[in-house]
Amino acid sequence: MRREAPQRLADYGPLFFPAMMLIVFFVVPFATMIAVSFFQRQQGGFYVPAFELSNYQRFLSLFFANVLGFSLMLAIAVAICCVVLAIPFTYLLTRMARKVQIIWLVALLSVLSLSEVIIGFAWSTLFSRTAGITNLLVMAGLMSEAKALLPSFGAVLTGMVYQAFPYTVLVLYPALVRLDPTLTEAARTLGASPIKAFFTVVVPALRNTITATLIMVFIFALGSYLLPQLLGRPQHWTLSVLITDQAIYQSNMPFAAAMAVFLVLVTLGLVALTVIAGRKGEAA
Amino acid sequence: MTEFLKQNIGRRAVLGAGLAGVSMLAMPSILRAQDKSLKVGVYGGYFKDSFDKNIFPEFTKATGIAIEAVAEPTGEAWLVQLEQAAKAGQAPADVSMMSQVSMLKGQATDLWAPLDVAKIKNASNLIDRFVNKYPDGRVAGIGAVSWYITLVTNTDVYKEAPTSWEAFWDPANADKLGLLALVSNSFLLEVTAKTYLGGTNALDTDEGLEKAFAKLAEVKPNVRLWYRDEAQFEQALKSGEIPMGQYYHDVTGLAAADGNPVRSTFPKEGGIQDSGCWALSRASQKVEEAHVFIDYMSQPSIQAILSRKVGTSPTVKRELTDLTAEEFAAVSSDIEPIIPRYDLYQTKSDWLNQKWTELIVG
Repeated sequence: MRREAPQRLADYGPLFFPAMMLIVFFVVPFATMIAVSFFQRQQGGFYVPAFELSNYQRFLSLFFANVLGFSLMLAIAVAICCVVLAIPFTYLLTRMARKVQIIWLVALLSVLSLSEVIIGFAWSTLFSRTAGITNLLVMAGLMSEAKALLPSFGAVLTGMVYQAFPYTVLVLYPALVRLDPTLTEAARTLGASPIKAFFTVVVPALRNTITATLIMVFIFALGSYLLPQLLGRPQHWTLSVLITDQAIYQSNMPFAAAMAVFLVLVTLGLVALTVIAGRKGEAA
Repeated sequence: MTEFLKQNIGRRAVLGAGLAGVSMLAMPSILRAQDKSLKVGVYGGYFKDSFDKNIFPEFTKATGIAIEAVAEPTGEAWLVQLEQAAKAGQAPADVSMMSQVSMLKGQATDLWAPLDVAKIKNASNLIDRFVNKYPDGRVAGIGAVSWYITLVTNTDVYKEAPTSWEAFWDPANADKLGLLALVSNSFLLEVTAKTYLGGTNALDTDEGLEKAFAKLAEVKPNVRLWYRDEAQFEQALKSGEIPMGQYYHDVTGLAAADGNPVRSTFPKEGGIQDSGCWALSRASQKVEEAHVFIDYMSQPSIQAILSRKVGTSPTVKRELTDLTAEEFAAVSSDIEPIIPRYDLYQTKSDWLNQKWTELIVG
């Protein structure tokens, strides 16, 4: 079948519905948020329409810069951990028998059905002193006494990687399945070890997929606000936690909106940088 | 929990019937009011369920006013909705149970219709602080329920109950505390002021607040968990994972009654007493019914039922209720409570929130 470029207005018809949905459920709420971020906060009340920059001014402080920095660092760490774990995993998965693949994929999909709350509470139990995995190590004689592994940065990272891992695999899976097996075979014939073939042939061939996956997991992790609260100390709270505090508990919508807008801008900036860097890499 | 709710059913029926009779004699006009109704906003979940089961049916029986219970979201979302609706002349609920900070915020925009105390005979039963007034003396709300946040401990880890909030500052308790995460619901500034600065009046000035923050900063190394989610702390307290902290007195009592190794202690400085008010939206057309409802809820007998069934502390004077010493101790204490400085959370909320967040996150 040959695809033709749309000629008349009616050819764009099928696009109207998704476009409308996008406008109603994304563009309008987002525009509202941007507008509210300039409104004037009435302490002890709500907010009134105005145009002022004080909400952004309040955000521009060392304190919030640290929180923002930590949030970005955490999201990047989660993205890298997920991709580093998921590429070899998915690669090996695609080499397995069809049946085994299906079982693994169903298991991963079932993890997606768990809510963040359940994941958080499950990990907080696993990392606890009284009922956690250290008790098993004590039983096995590897540790002298059980100890709590949370709250800690490691606990937050583990919980978030666990949550994002299935997405990572599902995004990588189609690309790896479609990867031409003759590429690795050629590398092997030319004398490369399986590991060398993996790093010199498979990984470079997947560069765009990997970049896209990193960005997706990064953005996914940036929005997390429950796991840092359940598994971390206050210094591990992300900007999203503080936004929730402002919006829900302080009813300071203008400030919450300003923080959210700022977070979106920084995220878009980072994504743009990644894409540009990727293009330059290709050109070189 | 279920056992707690099951006890006294016989007594409740007797009380209900008695109240029904008395109320009808006292308010003959009610007998004609079969088609009257009132929308009442109550915190969704446990509160609403308890009220639907234990309070509202008896009220309708007694007064003929049908109640339509509306589940309120927590936080200030409900206040925002009431406010927006009132501007449009609508009332999503006529009477709502509101937190003290929401009462003050509503006062700022004249959201609450002034109540006529002459029509609320039982208002004289109330402890004075449970009558919420506008600065000019008009009555904005009447105490609905109150509850205590106390010092709780795991009995396996702490054989002896602590006696003072000072336990939070004890270096021996490093990394053992679970405290509420927000300045406006933990009321730890008030606790600090009462324990170390001679009373909550010390928070009147900015210097006093700074001092309280500085003193509170010393607690930080002892805190393992700053919780927003109650279930998270309750679980950790029961298991001994986090053996000390602040928590709700009645819920801790219920957990102990279920056999968990936990206890709630009223420190010598007093427990923190928080409360909710009944307030009438200015957009409501049901002014008469609202007064009847608030009057009904302010009866000592109804407050006693709330204490037994819902676990709240009475807003009326203790001696007017028929609560036994044991029943009273399950929900309250005679030790003078620490009353939160709600005014600060209205006038200085952003500053307090910023200082607080920097204190615990920084």
